[in-house]
Amino acid sequence: MNFQPGKDTLKREFKTVGTRTPRPDGLDKITGRAQFGADMTAPGMLWGLILRSPHAHARIKSIDTSKAEAVNGVHAVVTSADFGPCPDDVLDVRENVMARGKALYDGHAVAAVAATSRAAAKQALKLIKVDYQVLPHVTDVDEAMKPSAPIINSKLFTKGLEKTPRKPSNVAERFEFGHGDVEAGFEQADLVVERTFKTEATHQGYIEPHACLASMGTDGKGDIWCCTQGHFMVRQVCSALLGMDASALRVTASEIGGGFGGKTTVFIEPVALALSLKANRPVKVVMSRAEVLRASGPTSSTSIDVKIGMKKDGTITAGDATLRYQGGAFPGSAVPYGAMAAFACYDLKAVRAVGYDVIANRPKQAAYRAPGAPMAAYAVESVVDELCRELKLDPLEVRLKNASSDGSKASYGPNFDVIGLRATLEAAKTHPHYRAKLGRNQGRGVACGFWFNFGGETSVSLNVSADGTVGLSVGTPDIGGSRASIGNMAAEELGIPHDKVRCIIADTASLGYNDVTDGSRVTFASGLAAINAARDAIGKMCERAAGLWGIPVDAVTWEDGAARPSSPNAGKHEPLTLADIAAQAGATGGPISGHCEINAEGAGVSFATHLVDTEVDPDTGHVKVLRYTVFQDAGKAIHPSYVEGQFQGGAVQGIGWALNEEYIYGEDGRLQNPGFLDYRIPVASDLPMIDAVIVEVPNPGHPYGVRGVGETSIVPPLAAISNSVSGAAGVRMTELPMSPPRVLKALGRI
Amino acid sequence: MFQIQISTSINGDDTEFSCEPDETLLDVLRDRLGMTGSKEGCGTGDCGACSVVVDGRLVCACLMLGAEAQGREIETIEGMADGTELHPLQQKFLDHAALQCGVCTPGFLVAAKSLLERNDNPTEEEVRYWLAGNLCRCTGYDKIVRAVLDTAKDMRKPAKAKKPAARKRVKA
Repeated sequence: MNFQPGKDTLKREFKTVGTRTPRPDGLDKITGRAQFGADMTAPGMLWGLILRSPHAHARIKSIDTSKAEAVNGVHAVVTSADFGPCPDDVLDVRENVMARGKALYDGHAVAAVAATSRAAAKQALKLIKVDYQVLPHVTDVDEAMKPSAPIINSKLFTKGLEKTPRKPSNVAERFEFGHGDVEAGFEQADLVVERTFKTEATHQGYIEPHACLASMGTDGKGDIWCCTQGHFMVRQVCSALLGMDASALRVTASEIGGGFGGKTTVFIEPVALALSLKANRPVKVVMSRAEVLRASGPTSSTSIDVKIGMKKDGTITAGDATLRYQGGAFPGSAVPYGAMAAFACYDLKAVRAVGYDVIANRPKQAAYRAPGAPMAAYAVESVVDELCRELKLDPLEVRLKNASSDGSKASYGPNFDVIGLRATLEAAKTHPHYRAKLGRNQGRGVACGFWFNFGGETSVSLNVSADGTVGLSVGTPDIGGSRASIGNMAAEELGIPHDKVRCIIADTASLGYNDVTDGSRVTFASGLAAINAARDAIGKMCERAAGLWGIPVDAVTWEDGAARPSSPNAGKHEPLTLADIAAQAGATGGPISGHCEINAEGAGVSFATHLVDTEVDPDTGHVKVLRYTVFQDAGKAIHPSYVEGQFQGGAVQGIGWALNEEYIYGEDGRLQNPGFLDYRIPVASDLPMIDAVIVEVPNPGHPYGVRGVGETSIVPPLAAISNSVSGAAGVRMTELPMSPPRVLKALGRI
Repeated sequence: MFQIQISTSINGDDTEFSCEPDETLLDVLRDRLGMTGSKEGCGTGDCGACSVVVDGRLVCACLMLGAEAQGREIETIEGMADGTELHPLQQKFLDHAALQCGVCTPGFLVAAKSLLERNDNPTEEEVRYWLAGNLCRCTGYDKIVRAVLDTAKDMRKPAKAKKPAARKRVKA
C-alpha cells in the first residue's frame, strides 16, 4: 500500500487536508502548560553552568578546578579531559562542546560545573583558573583567507584544489558547480554587471535558549530531555561522545521554542550528560541569551562576487559567482548550498558558482533556514535587478523570461521535475501590490528564491484504539504546527475526523530512527510516512473485515472511513467503520497498528517570489518596510494557516537580516552585542502585515502533492529589500545589514 | 545565603515562599513555585516572554526581584483562563493560528490582555507598539496582531448588544 512516486494518483478532493483545524498542542501553549526545554525538573537535580573563553583565540595552558570542586554544593566539574576517544565524525562536535588545548572563539566552552544551586555553580565557575596564552585571531572572512592570516588549525589543508597545498590554511575546501562556457556567454551579452557583496552573520534567534536535563546512571543507562530539532541526532552524538551504546540513551524531545536550523546539533547536552555521569545525579543546563549568541550556531558571514551578462531583450547569457563563507572555527559552512542555490531560479546555458569554505575565530555556524541560500540569492538577485534597471526592463518579465521550469537543467546539476517558479512570478505579476503607486523616497523590490527541500529517514507508528480513535507517533520535533498537518493527513487517509487522531512526538526508544527536523522535510516526509502507516493499518482492517465477512481480502475496499465489499460479487455486507473494526480487534487477531519506515525521496524543490515596498529616510538612514507580499509554491497546503505562518515568519527573519541584525566583533575578537537589546530582531512595530499568497503546483513525489515550505521564505527577502532600498535611495546597496549608518554612507551623508 | 520570607497573591491565591535576595520573580515563579508558563528568553527584559502583571502593571518578571512580590497581586499566564473558560484572547490566538512554537505566546497573551484592559479599541499601530516589547521569531507578528484586533472587536460587541436590549426593557 506504500506510496510509489509516479504510480499514485494525486488525491484531488480532500475533507480534512486544506482546512484550518485547531492545533493539537494549542491549548497547552496558550495556558502555559506546555513543557519546553527548561521547564522540566527531576528529583535530586543539580544545576549545571558552563565556563566560556573570553578570548577569540588562545592556547589553554592549564585548567585548575580544585577550588571550584571545594565549593559546598558542587558535585562535579568537567573539562575536555572528561571526554574520551570518540569516532572521527564527531571529533569537531567534541571540540566545539568543550575546548581541547585551544579556545577557538569568544564563548568557547572550557569547563563546566554541577551544583545543588545556581548560586553555588556560579561561585564555582569564578574559582576555575584557566591559564590562557592569547593568540592572534581573525573574524572576517576575507581577512581569514589572506596568506598572512593567523592559522587557526595547523592540520587544515585546503581540499578541492588542483594542486595539493603544502601549507595549512583557513580555507577548508573549494567547491565548483555549473555547466556551459561562461566566458563565451559573457561575450554574447549587451551588458555585463559585476559586483561584490558582503553579509554579516545573523543568529536564528529562537526565543527559547538551549536547555536540557540529563540523567546518567552508573549502570550505563541515560536519559535526556531537551529542546532539539532531532532527538535521534542527540542520542547518536551524545552516546558516541560518552562512549555509550546508542540504545542505552533515551532522548525525549521537549516542546521546542523555535529552532530554524539552530537546534540541529548539540551544544550543552553532552556536557550535561558528562556532569551527570560524574555526579551520579540528574543535571539541568540552560543557556543564557548571551551564551546562545556567543556559543551556539549563527550563520556564516559572507563575501560574494557575482557577474551576470544580459541581452537587451532581458535574456541572461551567463552567470558566474564566487562565494566565500566563514563558518566559524570548524569546517562545514553552508557555502556548498549557497553555490548550488545561487542561480537555481534561472535556466542558463552557461553558469558557474565557486564556493570557499573558510574558518575563522567565531562560533561554529549552524544551519539557519535554507542554510547558505539567502546570501547567495541576495548577491545574484541584486545583480539581476541592476541589469533590469540599467536596461529599463521589468524585473518580473525578465525573471519570467529566464525562469527555471519543468525539465530545466539546474545550475547545480540535475534536471528539475515539476516546479512552481513561473506560477509564483505570474501570481506576483497579477497581484495589486505590483501595480500600487509609490511615493517619494520609496522603492519596490522583487526577488526570487529557491530551496532544495529534503526527505530523509523517517519512522512513524499509528495505533488504532478500541474506541476507534487513533494515536499517531512521529519522531520529528514539531517546530511550527506539524503535528496538526501530519495528524490531518492521517485522518484524511483513514477517512475519520481530524480530532479522532492525536499526533505526538515519541521518544527515541519508541520509534525507529528519524532524521532531524530540517530541510523543510517534516510535513513532506513524516506526512508521507503517516499516510503510508494509515494505508498499512487500512490494509489490516480490510483483512479483519474480510475475515468477519468470510470473503477474500481483495474483495474488500476502504472508503470514507469504512471497509466495504468492493463489488456486488463480494456479497451484501454492511460497511464496517474503523470504530466497528477497532471494537472487535481483540477477537479478530489483536491490536491494529500501521507502520512506515522509509528513507523518503522526491521532496520536490521549492520556489518563491517576494515583493516589497520600502521607504528610506534620507536624514536618518532608517528604512521602513511599507508593504510585503510573499508568493510561494506549497505544492499542496495541508494546513493553510501554518503554511502562511512559514511564509510570514521567514520573510520577517529576512527583513531582520536585511535591515538590523548582525554579529559585531570588536578588535579584540569579542562579540560586542550578545543580547536582544543590541542584536535587534524585528519587533511588531517595525513591520506591516505580511501578505502570504499560497501557490499550489503539486509535488509528484508526495501522494497529496506536498512540498516543504519552511525554508524558501527566507531566501528572497535579503535581495528583495536591498533592491527596494536601492531603488528608493537611488544607489546600489552591496552590504548587509542596511542599518541606518550604512544607508547614510551609501547616500553620501556621512 | 539567607532567605527572605514573602507573602503575596498569585492569580488570586495567597502564596508564601522564601527566596534569596538576588532571585528574580521569574526564578521564584519557575523554580520555587513550579509555574513554568512564564518563560525566560533573555533575562534582561528585552523579549517579554516572562511578562506578568503586578498590581495591574505589565512587567517583565526577570527584571523584578522575588522579594519585591511582598504584599502584591501578581497575575501570570496560568491564571488567564477562568477555570475551563478560556480568555477571549486565548481562543483567538488558537483561531488565528497566532502561534507556531508557542514559547513567546504566554508573554504575548499577558501583554495583550493588559493592552485591552486599557484600550478596548486599539488601532493596528497601537497594538504593534504595545507589543513591541514582546519578541516572536516564528510568526512575523501578522497573525498575532490580527488575533488581538479581532479579540478587541469581539469584546466590544457584547457591550453594544447589551445597550439596545437594556433600552427595550426601559421602554416596556
